[in-house]
Amino acid sequence: MSMSLSPQQSSVRSTSLEESLTPVLRVRDLSCFYGRTKALEAVSMEIYEGKVTAIIGPSGCGKSTFLKTLNRIGEMESNLRIQGKIELFGKDIYDRKVNLNLVRRLVGMIFQQPNPFAMSIFDNVVYGVRAFSRPRESELNRIVETSLKSAALWDEVKDNLDGSGLDLSGGQQQRLCIARALAVSPKVLLMDEPCSALDPIATMKIESLIRELQKKLTIVIVTHNMQQAARVSDYTAFFSADENRIGQLVEFDQTAQMFMEASQQNTRDYVAGRFG
Amino acid sequence: MSQLFDPLPLPKRIFNAALSAIAFSLAALALVPLFAMLWSIFTKGMPHLTGDVFTQLPAPAGMKDIVNGFANAVIGTLLMVAIGSGISLPLGILTAIFLSEFGKKTAFAEVMRFLISILSAAPSIVVGVFAYGVIVLPLKGFSAFAGGFALSIIMLPIVSLATEEALKLVPNSQRLASAALGAGLARTTSRVVLARAFPSILTTALLAIARAAGETAPLIFTALFSQNWLESVMGPSASLSVLIFNYANSPFIEQNNLAWAAAVILVGMVLFTNLLSRFVIRKRLQAW
Repeated sequence: MSMSLSPQQSSVRSTSLEESLTPVLRVRDLSCFYGRTKALEAVSMEIYEGKVTAIIGPSGCGKSTFLKTLNRIGEMESNLRIQGKIELFGKDIYDRKVNLNLVRRLVGMIFQQPNPFAMSIFDNVVYGVRAFSRPRESELNRIVETSLKSAALWDEVKDNLDGSGLDLSGGQQQRLCIARALAVSPKVLLMDEPCSALDPIATMKIESLIRELQKKLTIVIVTHNMQQAARVSDYTAFFSADENRIGQLVEFDQTAQMFMEASQQNTRDYVAGRFG
Repeated sequence: MSQLFDPLPLPKRIFNAALSAIAFSLAALALVPLFAMLWSIFTKGMPHLTGDVFTQLPAPAGMKDIVNGFANAVIGTLLMVAIGSGISLPLGILTAIFLSEFGKKTAFAEVMRFLISILSAAPSIVVGVFAYGVIVLPLKGFSAFAGGFALSIIMLPIVSLATEEALKLVPNSQRLASAALGAGLARTTSRVVLARAFPSILTTALLAIARAAGETAPLIFTALFSQNWLESVMGPSASLSVLIFNYANSPFIEQNNLAWAAAVILVGMVLFTNLLSRFVIRKRLQAW
């Protein structure tokens, strides 16, 4: 194990700032396993309310795995298993008695590939709402309008709400997925490389949207693109895999700090584009 | 790069042409039985296909120059296929949903999958004898219901195996999207997975129906045959396939002719169902 990557050496500073930070999610000593293969080791960090936290790192460093533990979607996709603790507003989301549907409603997710349902735009947006309540038609209309406006898609689709969600362009589909996630009023929005399948203009729209959404909720974004992390995030976590391919959190700090003068050589090399 | 336009050497061109010719003629050869069958059924059946066959009962053996038909057999086949579908479609689709969405790779699901594939390989005559044993004997009589039950056993594995394949084709990203919005497994399955797989499930159902409509062996022991109108679901019933079976090797030429006409109708029904399933899936895919 390289010294700079060992958890003891990694610098996860508790930032002393004038503003008080409330952690929405608190990850404590998290390790992840796919079957018997360890993918992530001893990650401890906090996601602060109303902030955008970017997770960066080279391929295979476990950043996506980490993200998918935060709303427990990873275990649905594969045989992912965790050790350690993840608390949402102080409550353990891996508790046996937890209401999984509620966890996933509070912690929404945007996937790498836009994945709208084969339904109308309207039905896409209200899908999650209808899963746990039976609002009146007028209420649904209101939710659709505010969600689509928040996702900066309303003007493009307001005359075609009955059209299929699949007929939209890739960027519009991704914004539809964001609107769909916002419709259930999540507290946290997880974004797993949300722009990797989009062109630069669509990417720009999503990025400015992230800045806008930050006023209402907490965002965690996994990205391959360091410029994107620098542009949209307040905090950055740098993950890297050691020689046994086990991912670790190397450094976590304010984004400006990370990109200007990271404490770890490894982080400095990565943000300078020297590897990964 | 003038070589780009150089013709291939002669031996290669001859080899290419020969292989193409062989492949083409083998493909044509494989289609010969299908068209030969259709041709003989249509040429021998069409002359005897009158409006009467749909409205009249079969004439008593040996009677000439009286109206002759198999309306009761058409009704019997439709009714028994309907009964078979009524039993096998819900059961088979629910089984498939369990296997694909809930059971997945658990030992129980794997055993079930294996048993269903054994059932799909069960000879249809055995299915007929089984239905005879569990329905006809206890109820002390041949019946259209017993025939429908036997057909449902033929259809069940076809429906459940093909539906499971259809459900597996639904991209997992759709399930994840649904779960990430806080929807439970039941809602994800009914609103997203089933909705997406619906055209393929419909195709599956239609193919199973087409298969059941042509089955003869399960009906010989269960619905038997009847020269008369269907009186009750619990009474014996005529069917197109058993009518063909009985009348094709009858010594009376009228009955042989009627069997040919029935063959045209039966093949026509099966062909129509197959075409319908193709049409349905095309339409739906375009709608997406």
